[in-house]
Amino acid sequence: MTPNGLKIAIVGGGLAGLAAAMKIAEAGHEVDLISVVPVKRSHSVCAQGGINGAVNTKGEGDSPAKHLDDTVYGGDFLANQTPVKRMCDMAPQIIYLFDRMGVPFSRTKEGLMDFRRFGGTLHHRTAFAGASTGQQLLYALDEQVRKYEVAGKVNKYEGWEMLSLILDDHQVCRGLVAMNLQTLELKAFAADAVIMATGGPGLIFGKSTNSMTCTGSATSACYQQGARYGNGEFIQVHPTSIPGEDKLRLMSESARGEGGRVWVPRTKGDERKPKDIPESERWYFLEEKYPAFGNLVTRDIATREIFQVCLEGMGVGGENQVYLDLTHIPAETLTRKLGAILEIYEMFVGDDPRYVPMRIFPGVHYSMGGLWVDFEQRTSVPGLFAAGECDYSIHGANRLGANSLVSCVYGGFTAAPSAIEYAKNVERGKTETNGIHEAELKRQQEINEAIIKNEGTENQYKLHEELGKWMTDNVTVVRYNDRLKATDDKLLELIDRFKHISINDSNLWATQAVPHARQLWNMLQLARVITLGALNRNESRGAHYKPEFPERDDEHWMKSTIAEYSEEAPVFSYESIDTSLVEPRKRDYSSKKSAAAKVPRPGSELKSEGREEMLAREGEQIRKGESIKE
Amino acid sequence: MSESNGQHEKKRLESPPKSVKIKIQRRDNEKAQPRWETFEIPYRRNLNVISALMEIRKNPVTIDGKKTTPPVWDMSCLEQVCGICTMVIDGGVRQSCSALIDDLLLASGGDTVTLEPMSKFPNVRDLKVDRSRMFDHLKQVHAWIELDGTYDLGPGPHISNEIAQERYKYSRCMTCGCCLEACPQYSGDQYIGPQAIAQARLFNMHPTGKITIDERLEGLTGDDGITNCGNAQNCVQVCPMSIPLTRAIYETNRDMTVHALFGWLRK
Repeated sequence: MTPNGLKIAIVGGGLAGLAAAMKIAEAGHEVDLISVVPVKRSHSVCAQGGINGAVNTKGEGDSPAKHLDDTVYGGDFLANQTPVKRMCDMAPQIIYLFDRMGVPFSRTKEGLMDFRRFGGTLHHRTAFAGASTGQQLLYALDEQVRKYEVAGKVNKYEGWEMLSLILDDHQVCRGLVAMNLQTLELKAFAADAVIMATGGPGLIFGKSTNSMTCTGSATSACYQQGARYGNGEFIQVHPTSIPGEDKLRLMSESARGEGGRVWVPRTKGDERKPKDIPESERWYFLEEKYPAFGNLVTRDIATREIFQVCLEGMGVGGENQVYLDLTHIPAETLTRKLGAILEIYEMFVGDDPRYVPMRIFPGVHYSMGGLWVDFEQRTSVPGLFAAGECDYSIHGANRLGANSLVSCVYGGFTAAPSAIEYAKNVERGKTETNGIHEAELKRQQEINEAIIKNEGTENQYKLHEELGKWMTDNVTVVRYNDRLKATDDKLLELIDRFKHISINDSNLWATQAVPHARQLWNMLQLARVITLGALNRNESRGAHYKPEFPERDDEHWMKSTIAEYSEEAPVFSYESIDTSLVEPRKRDYSSKKSAAAKVPRPGSELKSEGREEMLAREGEQIRKGESIKE
Repeated sequence: MSESNGQHEKKRLESPPKSVKIKIQRRDNEKAQPRWETFEIPYRRNLNVISALMEIRKNPVTIDGKKTTPPVWDMSCLEQVCGICTMVIDGGVRQSCSALIDDLLLASGGDTVTLEPMSKFPNVRDLKVDRSRMFDHLKQVHAWIELDGTYDLGPGPHISNEIAQERYKYSRCMTCGCCLEACPQYSGDQYIGPQAIAQARLFNMHPTGKITIDERLEGLTGDDGITNCGNAQNCVQVCPMSIPLTRAIYETNRDMTVHALFGWLRK
């Protein structure tokens, strides 16, 4: 450590982690950046559609206040509103900063940035770079951080996986232990503060739209060491993914944003090719049920409708699939606006979506829940911060499309100064020499040795498959209390069977068996938080839907779920929500009257004739596949 | 995309086999001798190379019934956008996530898919290689925009959509290394290779990036610089993102000439 400088460790090199690294390095402090993959290969690359920010360049009267309203309304009033407001206020600056960094955003004729529409809003608020916006934004931060790496401010540890926090006797975080994935060497990273930016836990569900690195393992380790975990049961299932053998590949919401229509044949068992089915014999069920928003209803609603249609046997070919149809839009327009995502479909399915409707089905996509943080991104463990998908703030019960990228950057930009401020003032005492680093290193070494020595009959990859299947079947779109209870019993069984695994690899050099075993244990622990959180919450809100309790129940459940680890089972408590800015109201995307009762600023009154007229007109235009004109 | 041939629906294996053989070049570590092992797994229509490897990993027993270690390979996004799962498949370098078994068998007419690690990078184990030098190359060419600071200074410069779209092509590079694997001039440290040149071009095309073009071109003038390109044009053939790599090399060469000329005039 430099004499007066601070050292901050960041775990995770996606958008949130790199955003924080850039800010800390810019402030003159040193960063240890720990990532399981080279940071340029982080899961942020998979985000396709865009990044939201109310820049209002289309004369629509958009504003951060409306972005705030859309976000908390879309999140079904489970998010604390103050951080959401801060994010929405910062969003235009974030987008402009990326513009300055050279992200090749799509442009207008004037040479300004272009914006598109996304789900849950009526405004052109989403900046995009082709259909690979996440990749482009991540690369921009990767480049800036590489500059700081050359300057000696950022030390990258790529190919290292965090195993645990180093806590002192007062439960203050003093660093972390990570494992080198080639040598299995363990190392203690001493730090004045630690920022978690490790993304989501999609792999708990086996197949999801997430990258194979998204195990939630590191966040689960923090939870098991005392960090509170918030809103775990809120898991977003994306309405449109491409089912695959190895994973579910995302079909971006931008396909619907650009006019894509979801339909099935009106007649069950209609075996005609889609192009041979006339318009009158197609059931555009989203447009029918939600005339104002049509295909651009929020993700939770679109997912449930598609799921329900298939459950009733109305899916294409009687299977779990519906059409997502772009074929009414000129091929040239599609190539220009959606090229990258259409290539993904063609690459993995083979059909050309510009001429043949895509077949899609919902897939686990995003965790709204994560480590509990306060409004400054501080977790409940002093010295530990969190940002991005691994923290629970911002998205409430459901995330709006294109809000993830902006929330990652906002989280990183907020966690960085917050961690610096903490590190400047923290009492250091004798933490360098009092043996806590060595003690934690030894504890982790012993866990590894136990796993390596184990010679049981259980196969860890098969346990993971069972975990994924149970979680996907019972803890996703539709939830029943008896099945949730049965799932937790199953998780207890899997946790028990885990103790009898054998790693099955006699070569420990670069083995993937030991890291996977560590991840699997952590996934099982986090799976209980998700499942029991869902079991307890007897209402329906956002992505959490129980047919036995179909209504939102603000009186009892407008509260954040907080889980704390105990060996027996997670201990749950509930915390009230900050609703100081937008008064909670019923969420209803079927009618045009979704006006805000209270908005935080003058001049942004939403309850006007204009908005409702616009809703109806745009809904109609979207259905016809026209672009929105003012 | 398949617009030109009018084939909008995929060609598939007409009489698929019951099982498919996966032949893998194994290596215990960087210094170990390579050896071959073949596995057999049940055929399924939508198998890609990754799901075949996952199937093998669950129960690593060779076709001869010999129990072996699980094969090691890198994977992450599985959508051909992170670049990590690149390997040599049936002799061609590409990402294993987007290599569908059906297509491979259609192309080869056989019942075996052969997997090898990339040969131009240090091997770690089995199909896993170390490509960290590619990231060092990005440092060498200053592949970034110089910012005064990350605070709020409003939007960037006006840029035509044509320039933005041209830059977007280069900006899709995922540092996968296909271009270097296929380049006859690239081995070890003798030539920086197409990816870094294309990334220099990406920033040289930007109005702000242009201001520091000299620094970027400087990184391409050394012994391992742009003049090593032998114009084999293999890079552009194998690039999974269809990046116009040869154009980047041509245009950067042109910039270097101008740079050399003005550099001399300034002295």
